[in-house]
Amino acid sequence: MKLLTHNMMKSHCKGVINGFPLKLTHSQIETKEIEFNPDFINRIISRLEWSALVEVANQLGVGEGLPEMLPESQQIDDEDTLKAIHHALLEVDVIEGELECPETAKATSWDRQVSDMRLNED
Amino acid sequence: MKKRQLESLLQDVEPFSRPKMDLEQYPTDPHLAASVLFTIQSSFGDIEDRNVLDLGAGCGILSIGCVLMGAGSVTSVEIDNDAISDLVDNISGYDMDDISIVQADVTHLPFRSGRLFDTVIMNPPFGTKNNEGIDIEFIEAAL
Repeated sequence: MKLLTHNMMKSHCKGVINGFPLKLTHSQIETKEIEFNPDFINRIISRLEWSALVEVANQLGVGEGLPEMLPESQQIDDEDTLKAIHHALLEVDVIEGELECPETAKATSWDRQVSDMRLNED
Repeated sequence: MKKRQLESLLQDVEPFSRPKMDLEQYPTDPHLAASVLFTIQSSFGDIEDRNVLDLGAGCGILSIGCVLMGAGSVTSVEIDNDAISDLVDNISGYDMDDISIVQADVTHLPFRSGRLFDTVIMNPPFGTKNNEGIDIEFIEAAL
């Protein structure tokens, strides 16, 4: 699971009011090399919940180079910063772990690159 | 990339190993997939560098096609375990790292609100198998 995906997913528990972000626990990561696309990174950063990304990236030890806050314009010109964002969002792959709902603490685990987010009716 | 090239590259996507009638699982054929994706990109520029969501990804031909056409990132949503198995196998057959798979029900998408994706693609079930209205639900989910 990429951190880009983590940044978009909320809890699948029924009736939860604030299910974002999901807490990541017991995780193992791998890094891959993905082609750097600065246009894509600049487009996507305004869609992200930035503080959630910084928090989880720091938790995983891959947050180096990420600014604490985005500038007003939500555009970044510095290539090193863009590369750090690219790395955290797309190149880090959480291959194993648990995603915990912030409200109910119900956890969902995953394997084979798949996050199982089917509705939890409990 | 030319449409014919894309179509030929998509020939290697394996169809469903265990298709399920009630989920209306049928593979999108490479010719159709290539035509649709090519039109989306050439007429609207909506694939290259875009954040794409594939609803009801099945075996992944549309998702894989989007990566081949230069999408910035592709997220594939699929509910069925067997289809996901096929999807994972197909993605690794193409040696791609750009697709994120989320197992979920399209009518209960686990995404926070807001405009997260640039483009949503799908070849949805049509509601012919006791699930009338499912195609509309897919469209509503996309919006």
